Amino acid sequence: MRSPFGLLLAGATTLAAAFLALPLVALFLRIPPGVLLDQLSSDVAREALVVSLKTSAGAHIIVLLVGTPVAYLLGTRVFRGRGLLIGLVELPLVLPPAVAGIALLAAFGNRGLLGGSLEAFGVSLPFTQAAVVVAIVFVSSPFYIRQAAASFAAVDPLLLDASRTLGRGPGRTFLRVALPLAAGGLAAGSSLAFARGLGEFGATIIFAGSFAGVTRTAPLAIYAELDRDFDVAVALGALLVVFSIAVMAIMTLLLSWTRSSSRSPFPFASSISDSTSA
Amino acid sequence: MLRAIAGLVRAEGRVFAGSTAWLDSERGVDLAPERRSVGLVFQDYALFPHLTVAQNVAYGGRTRAVELIRSYGLTALAGERPARLSGGERQRVALARALSREPAVLLLDEPLGALDAQTRAHVRAELRAHLRASGLPTIVVTHDYEDAAALADRVGVLVAGEVVQLGTPTELVAAPANPFVARFTGANLLEGVAHPGEAGLTEVLLDTGGAVVAAEPGEGRVGVVVYPWDVALARESPSDSMQNHLAGTVESIVPVGNRVRVRVGPITAEVTAVAAESLRLREGERVVASFKATGVRLVAL
Repeated sequence: MRSPFGLLLAGATTLAAAFLALPLVALFLRIPPGVLLDQLSSDVAREALVVSLKTSAGAHIIVLLVGTPVAYLLGTRVFRGRGLLIGLVELPLVLPPAVAGIALLAAFGNRGLLGGSLEAFGVSLPFTQAAVVVAIVFVSSPFYIRQAAASFAAVDPLLLDASRTLGRGPGRTFLRVALPLAAGGLAAGSSLAFARGLGEFGATIIFAGSFAGVTRTAPLAIYAELDRDFDVAVALGALLVVFSIAVMAIMTLLLSWTRSSSRSPFPFASSISDSTSA
Repeated sequence: MLRAIAGLVRAEGRVFAGSTAWLDSERGVDLAPERRSVGLVFQDYALFPHLTVAQNVAYGGRTRAVELIRSYGLTALAGERPARLSGGERQRVALARALSREPAVLLLDEPLGALDAQTRAHVRAELRAHLRASGLPTIVVTHDYEDAAALADRVGVLVAGEVVQLGTPTELVAAPANPFVARFTGANLLEGVAHPGEAGLTEVLLDTGGAVVAAEPGEGRVGVVVYPWDVALARESPSDSMQNHLAGTVESIVPVGNRVRVRVGPITAEVTAVAAESLRLREGERVVASFKATGVRLVAL
């Protein structure tokens, strides 16, 4: 490949690889590993990590419990308004996180749409840890639902039919046939959604604020410590990178495992609407 | 049609199992598939890939599972996943699974369709035995007349959703109701114009030339139905009791098992391979195809 075009391709690739790798590498080289680990056990870091884990875990449970039925419906049934529902579910993917934050305020804030009704119950959502959970659910659910719907759609509908003719109702069919067969894809989508939720910044800071120990998640802590203690910020960043790499590895494994054991191959979800036949 | 009976597809009309209504559009009855006592064997078997053979069979019900696994010869395979099984084995699992539910009715969709030609005959014989043994009212849907004839007590021919003829395989061959049934059951179909001839026989002038004598009455445009195994071949016109002799060129010779299907002009004859050999049949040669007037059926066109 000595042609000028070949050189161009090689050059562009090198540039891109360097550009993407450099910041990540810098995180780990900026401060020595010993100091890195030290910083992670500082109060600031530990507080932030606890908030992150609690809120991400809580949000993720909600995403799984509510998102799975939605994904099953989208993946296996055709109904009026399906396109609209898909659009709604996929919107947070392209919505700027800050916009998501302000939108959540507009809906649940004290002067928002539901603010009055919530206050009547003595509930004030903004700037609480619950608000972090809400923000994370909002931005991460599409990642799960898309992948889950595609995974359910990839299950051979004849298998579901067979289950029905063998005397199992729709619910048991879901549990015993659809869920096990879609499990790999569901897990992959779950990992992706969890990672996205953990890294959420814009919506969280606007809707929940950045109160140490309450709503200051790891990404928010990075921002807060930038001027105060750069090393802590770097340490948190490095930790999140490691975590992201782990998520990617898990996802790749899960997807390749699913591909080898299911009857039909399914591509990583590019869109729900084209993976279900009418 | 099978999907409608099973309730997998919306349908209008009535489906009764004995006196139980599964579907009765007028009275608003439409039972969900799991409430209809059906055993449905899908064309590609639809075995659950994530379950073992034993788990597949037991899916419809545990009570008869062990017994079914044994009587279908699946004990050795009980712990395997469907992906490791051959076509014939998968069919047995699918059948056993459908029966584990102790259904009132058995439905089979092209049960031999997914098999290669070699396994087919063997599996067909097995399937026939299993169906007889189960004793359940069974509907088999197939495009292959031989399969239908081998497996069924009665065969119904559906064209465009209408039942064109319903009867035993013998009845269908002996008296096809129309040209489609005749072709479907494997007969030759020639077209021509009939008029009453001598001695109570009917003479048919064929479109392709030549004439044929039939023992059945007929007039006007008719289809002449002759079954390949009723046609004899010879080098010259034999002097025998057969009324019909059509000379033609051998156009193709196709061995089928221990028989040979020979196409002579517009007619296909089926003779034993031994006979074909002793005649030294070759493509392009002139031979005479003979058949009796009593072996000819006439169908209105």
